[in-house]
Amino acid sequence: MRLHDLTLTYRRHPAVHHLSGRFAPGSLTALVGPNGAGKSTLLKAIMGAMRPHSGRLELEGIGRQDIAYLPQIAELDRSFPINVLDLVALGAWRRVGMFGRLAGSHVEQAREAIAAVGLAGFERRVIGTLSGGQLQRALFARMLLQDARLLLLDEPFAAVDARTTRDLLALIARWHGEGRTIVAVLHDLELVRAHFPEALLIAREPVAWGATASALSPANLLAARRMSEAWDEAALPCAQAA
Amino acid sequence: MLDLLAGPFLDYGFMRRALVGCLALSLGACPLGVLLVLRRMSLVGDAMAHAILPGAAIGFLVAGLSIVAMTIGGVVTGLTVALLAGLVSRLTPLREDASFAAFYLVSLGLGVLLVSVRGSSVDLLHVLFGTVLALDNAALFLIAAIASVTMLTLALIHRALIVECLDPGFLRAVGGHGMLVHMLFLALVVLNLVGGFHALGTLMVVGIMMLPAASARFWSENVAGQMAIASLLGFAACVTGLLFSYHHSLPASPAIILAAGAIYGASVLLGRHGSLLASALRLRHLQH
Repeated sequence: MRLHDLTLTYRRHPAVHHLSGRFAPGSLTALVGPNGAGKSTLLKAIMGAMRPHSGRLELEGIGRQDIAYLPQIAELDRSFPINVLDLVALGAWRRVGMFGRLAGSHVEQAREAIAAVGLAGFERRVIGTLSGGQLQRALFARMLLQDARLLLLDEPFAAVDARTTRDLLALIARWHGEGRTIVAVLHDLELVRAHFPEALLIAREPVAWGATASALSPANLLAARRMSEAWDEAALPCAQAA
Repeated sequence: MLDLLAGPFLDYGFMRRALVGCLALSLGACPLGVLLVLRRMSLVGDAMAHAILPGAAIGFLVAGLSIVAMTIGGVVTGLTVALLAGLVSRLTPLREDASFAAFYLVSLGLGVLLVSVRGSSVDLLHVLFGTVLALDNAALFLIAAIASVTMLTLALIHRALIVECLDPGFLRAVGGHGMLVHMLFLALVVLNLVGGFHALGTLMVVGIMMLPAASARFWSENVAGQMAIASLLGFAACVTGLLFSYHHSLPASPAIILAAGAIYGASVLLGRHGSLLASALRLRHLQH
């Protein structure tokens, strides 16, 4: 997936400026940056939920249906009366569609996915009764079922306990081993250094993109922090474009 | 006892008609109410019911007490207000509930004004509180047709509606047409409110949509179950209200809504999930 001088706007304010580069097929990239750096916006643009303000996004043979997106857990209505099995079975959407009937094989796959994330026995539990970690496991099970080639994870480990993080990291490693392309928004730099070979550091503008060790060098991190501090509401127009 | 409960329906055609109309209304409107509650749009239903009023009034001014004219007018203004309110909240910082409130207050004022221009206060009461005891064939067919369309459409877009509410990002990612589904849903709500207003009037029709739906939340933990229970409770409220109004010579439409209110109160206190009783029992269970 290739990005050409991509500029994205969020509520008509520029959120990501002039980003160019490529997520290689099968790469495992951490998307890192200060709060409000445009990380979630970038993921949403990749999944096609928003149109770029300028520049292009080239998916290189991946269709919309090959993309799986894990929203931030806060975007989910956790009081919604739906049980774990039904939530996970939504992962079969691409095969079942909006109107199709859920076949026995899909339910079976959903059960297997639930077992794979360590939630066996929770099938009939309403999602409102799950802890943050358990809910995140269920969402990963849904992604398992989606069987997508490009996976976009928005803060998968926020509000998640250490053990769940470890289990879900193993799942991500498995997907990486299967040759899927993965982009994950993350905050924990130690975790990124330990588990993600590549990193993209952004602070409204791209700071560094490449092997994690060099991309997240102290100099780059400092630069990212400076840029996010210097940015303020008054300086909205895109400086480079002017 | 049996005579007290079944007698009025056996003896009088208008009671049977009211019963059939209420059954159709409960089957269509109550499941929509459940979705409105889940989508945190309870007040939107209220707003739309008032938005119907000016349209129905214009229909009334043009063609008198004609079901067709009042229905078309109601649907048109109901949908217009839904669209305008959505637009205002999207284009300005005003939140959706506030923009809906603004539109429905204006609609209510306009509607009452229009009706009183030519009609009598009896006509106004008819529009505001309905005529469940005087449903003619045309009204019954209209309510039944709307209920059928509602159930079929809900069955078709059920999955998308649920996902759009639970996890809108997911629906976008799998390419579901969230906006289209939302509009269809709003159209169904307007249709049912219009159908219901002939029976219960614009002020009361929201009650049969929302009260059973809010009650159902205390009895089931899944959407389909809540919809079925809401329809059941809605119908029970209608029967109770009709009988009460018959035996005590009271107006039917407020009696029905009060019955639904009583069921709501009982559900809050005694329901299986999350009611005060259920919470108290759970607390005791945890303490021992």
